Order: sequence, then structure tokens, then C-alpha cells
Amino acid sequence: MSVFLTLAFSSLALGAIYFLAASGLSLIYGLMDVLNLAHGMFMTLGAYAGWDLATHLPATWNAAGVFVAEVVAAILGGALAAGLTEVVLIRPLYGRPLSQILVTIGLDLAVVALLLGGFGSSSLTLPVPLWLIEATRSGNLILAHADFIAIGLGVAVLVALEWFLKRTRYGITIRAGVENREMVQALGIDVGRAFTLVFVIGGAMAGLAGLLYSVTFAGDLISPLQGDSLLIFALIVVVIGGLGSIRGSAVAALLVGVVQDYTNYYLGTHSGLAEIGNLSVVLLLALVLEWRPRGLFGRTV
Amino acid sequence: MKVARLGPVVGVGAVIVAAVLPFVGLHVPWILPGAVDVVNSTGTLTVLALCFIFGGVALGYDVMFGFTGLLSLGVVMHFAAGVYVFDIALTHWNWPLVPALALTFGVTLVMALVLGAVALRVSGIAFTMVTLAFAQAFYYLIQDNPHGLTGGDTGLALSSTRLPAFLSGAVSNTRNLYWIALGFLVVVSAVVWVVTESATGHVLVAIRDNERRVEVLGLRPFGFKLAAYTISSLIAAGGGVVYILLVGTAVPSAVATVTVTLSVVIMVVLGGAASRWGAVTGGIVYVYLQQYLVKVAALPSFATLPAFLRVPLGQPQFLLGAIFVLFVIFVPGGLAGALARARARRVGRRGARAPSSP
Repeated sequence: MSVFLTLAFSSLALGAIYFLAASGLSLIYGLMDVLNLAHGMFMTLGAYAGWDLATHLPATWNAAGVFVAEVVAAILGGALAAGLTEVVLIRPLYGRPLSQILVTIGLDLAVVALLLGGFGSSSLTLPVPLWLIEATRSGNLILAHADFIAIGLGVAVLVALEWFLKRTRYGITIRAGVENREMVQALGIDVGRAFTLVFVIGGAMAGLAGLLYSVTFAGDLISPLQGDSLLIFALIVVVIGGLGSIRGSAVAALLVGVVQDYTNYYLGTHSGLAEIGNLSVVLLLALVLEWRPRGLFGRTV
Repeated sequence: MKVARLGPVVGVGAVIVAAVLPFVGLHVPWILPGAVDVVNSTGTLTVLALCFIFGGVALGYDVMFGFTGLLSLGVVMHFAAGVYVFDIALTHWNWPLVPALALTFGVTLVMALVLGAVALRVSGIAFTMVTLAFAQAFYYLIQDNPHGLTGGDTGLALSSTRLPAFLSGAVSNTRNLYWIALGFLVVVSAVVWVVTESATGHVLVAIRDNERRVEVLGLRPFGFKLAAYTISSLIAAGGGVVYILLVGTAVPSAVATVTVTLSVVIMVVLGGAASRWGAVTGGIVYVYLQQYLVKVAALPSFATLPAFLRVPLGQPQFLLGAIFVLFVIFVPGGLAGALARARARRVGRRGARAPSSP
């Protein structure tokens, strides 16, 4: 039973990270019809921004302060990269959705190669406070402290995002744009600014997701290719949840996290099944699409 | 259209020139991708053979992407299936060449039909994402090394004991493998030409332009889309077979990652989607540049460059990605589109139709 609960906790953390990675992707697609394949690169850049800042901080900073700085750097790094991407590369291609996808492909390849060249292909270790590596134990129940951070930040972002989309002027513009962009434009509202904004928000969440993934599931290691594999799961979450739906992303992220974590633990130890967790997620995707081609919370067009 | 009739002549001429290159022992400085600056050196012939393989794979992909409008990000799965099924049949099961080939194409055909049918349940962006997820699942499967078949991370070297002597991995056979790669490209070109010029090919283009209209005309787009998907996949698998014969080792990081898919997309878009010669040229130019840039980065004088130049220029993938981004923004329609525009300007005729830009 306690193993079951331990898994529930860690899959909640995994789900929180998938939510951070996927909801920005879903918003961007919902509003702009852009499949942002550079989203994984934002995640990687977030993790590297955190690492880079941490290595430049004076040694007098205490470990907790360094970690907070890493989180802030990851968020800002992701947001900056995404904002620049939108303004420089996506904006000139409005009205050419396929070209926008292609540009993000080229950008992803180029930036990942640049990171490989600049930092090398081997993983770097993110400095984190000792507390974060430890876990709280009660009997067989093990609650990793890093998972607390991931779950806490995931929930905080979900609440903030819901508030922003429901209560603020920009949020309402974005939601309306996701529902019907032409109508919003016809009302004379500048959607272009909302485009940049969803990229910045999505990038910030992606950067945070990249850093948290390293801290919770990659043993504090960061590598140039981590974002690309995380992106695959984010895309699966977006499709299962339904394109453009934040709530769908949240539910699907939890679902994917649970399926992946439990199958990994109960089946992954058998020989030849080491990747069963990843495979079961793809199977889940195929099943959901057979049952509901538009995803769980997808709009019916 | 005088130039249009020149197309086949240029194509046949290029194949003839390519076919005699292994006999050309010329020393050509600077431009060759191999370590030795001789046209028929092993290194240069190997790179050119790779160019032909990916030219063919890109052309096959163009049937689905350029002509039918399906942006699949799963093409690497079928390429890798060709590589691994053939490799496993020869290396682990010790099958002779012909049964191994039959098995490879049988398995890849079933894979294409089943996975294509599932992925085509959804359309547009969702299709793109699903194909990407399938390909990634296949990559995990290979990494997993089920029953020790694929060798996981370390890869699986092709055992050549059951291969005919002229194909075995010996360096002296590079020339034969070069011709096989060229033959692959020629066969793929013929198949794609027949498919795209046929009535089915016209339906594919009609689906790309307006799927609803095709439905209204009483045709079911699903079957045609599945056909396009299957043809592309089988061509990719064939490319995989020639690849493993040429390279001799299957490593997941080289033949099964999403990077391969993205490279093929880039090849087609660089050359010009929905243009047959464009896709082939894109594939050849991409692989050539990639290998050539590796050679340049290995030059001793390269190490003396300052870091801010050396680091980005030493990464072919960075340069190719950046070139691609510039192409997408400034050269819509790729090389084929640019040529069509130049031609239209020269003829001075407005409204000369360029291949549709992505």
C-alpha cells in the first residue's frame, strides 16, 4: 500500500511537470495554430539558464538562495527565448502556419546543436540544496522533497494561469482568441500582442518545467537533449487533453504521469520491458484517439 | 516551357555522370567531402552514396508531405524498421539475402498500414503529433534491446557472412554499394514519377488542396492518404536497407531519433515541397553539406578560430538549422520555388505558377 502511495506522489510530481510543459504548447496552438516544436528547446534553455546563473553566483550564497535563483533564471530564460522566437521568427510568418512549424523545427535543431557545441554532450550537474535530494520517510512511504517543489509549483502555476485567463483583460483576450480568433480581431482587439504574450507565458512555464524535470527525475543532471524527449510527452499530453484546453492539459498531464509511473514500477523491472512506461503512454494516446479523436476536452468543430 | 522539357534530359545526364564517377580518379581540392581529395576515394563515394539514399528517402517523403499535405514526423520509424529488420534477419537469424529482403518489406508494409491507419484517424496537427509519438515509441523499443535483438545503445553491426561477396563490408565493395545507392534513387524516382503522374497522384494533390472537395466528389480520402503514407514508408524502409548495407552498423542515435525525421523534412523544404527534383536535390545537398562541414570543422586551421566562431561553425546541425530557418522565411518554395520565380522573371510572364510554397 505504501508503495502504491509513494508512486501516487511521484506520479503527481511527474504530472505537474508535464502540465507545465504542455499547457503553454496547448495555449500557443489554441490561439495561433502554431505547433511549436521549439518548445522542448525552451525547456532545455531554462535548465541551462539556471545552471549558468548558479555557476556565476558568489560562493557566499546559501544553497537555498542559489536554488531560488536557478528557478527564477529558468523562468526568465524560457520566457526570454520564447518572446524572442515569437517576435523574430514567428511574427514575419503570420498567415503561413506550415512555415511557422518549420521555422520552429530549424530553430530547435540549431539551438540544440549550439548547446552541444558550447557545453558538450555530457550532462552537467545542477547545484541544489541537500534538502532537495533527501526524502521524508514514514515506514515504507517515501516522499521525495523535490517532488514537493514540483507539485507545489505546478499547482501554483495552474491557479495563477486560471486566474490570469479568467480575471485579467489580457487573459480574457487570449481565451476569446482561442475560441474564435477572427471574431476577436473583428472587434478591433490587437491579437498580435496576445500572440507574444502566450509565447512568453508558455516559454516561462517550459523553462520551469525543464529545470524541475532535472531536479526531480534526472538526478539534478541537465543535457542539451533533455527538452526534446520531454517535448514528446508534452505533445502527447496536449493531444490527449485536447488542443487549446488548459483544463484538458492538466487532466491529461496527471493521467500520463500516473500511467507512466505505475507501469514503469510494476512492469519495468521485467527483462526487455525497461521502456514500458514510455511505451504505455503512447499506447494510451492511441486508445484515447480511437475513442475520442479530439482528445478528452477537445473542442467539437 | 522550353526548360520544363529539359528536366528529364538533365536527370538522365546526372545519373550517367554519377554512374561513371567511381572510375574518375581526379584529384579535386577543397570541394570533396571525403578525407582524400580524390573523386573516387572511398570516403567521397560513401558520402555520395549517403546523399543518394537520403535523396530517395526525401523524395518518398515528399509524396506524403509535399503532394498529399500530410506533415508526418514519423518517417524515421520506417527508415529504422528497414535498417533493423534487415540487420536482425541477417545477423541474428543468419537468413540469406532474398528472404531477409522479403521479410523487411513485409514487416514494414504491415507497420505502415497499421500505424498509418491509426494515425490517420486524426488530421492536421494532431496527425503530426501522433506520428511523432509513434516514432519516439519505436525509438524506445530499439533502445530497450528486446531479447537482445537490437543491441540497444551500442547498436548492431551487420554480419556479412550471408551476403553475396560483392556486397560484403569490404572497402573494395564501396563502389558496388555506391551503385546500389544510385540504383535505389533511380528506382524511387521512377516509382514516385509514376505515382504522382497517375490519377491517384492527382487525387493526392486534390486532398492537399481541399479534402472536403474530394469527399464531395465521392472519393474517400482516407484510402488515398493511407496509400501515400505507405508508399513513403516503404521507400524510407528501402533507404534503411541500403543504409545498413553501406554503413554496416545500426545505432539508434543515428538511425532512429527524431533528428533524422526533422532532417528529412528540412531536405524536402530546402529543395521545394511538391517538387520531385527539388526533394532529391534537397536531400543530396543536405547530406553533402552535413558531411562536408564535419570535414571543415576537423581541419587543423579550424582550431585556431576564436571560440565564438569555432563553436557554432563546428556544429553542422547548427549551420543547417540556421540556413533552413532563413530559407523558410526568405525563400518560400525552396530551391524549386526560387528557380520557378527566376524562370518566370526571365520569361517575363506574370502568373507562371511556382510549386506551391509551404
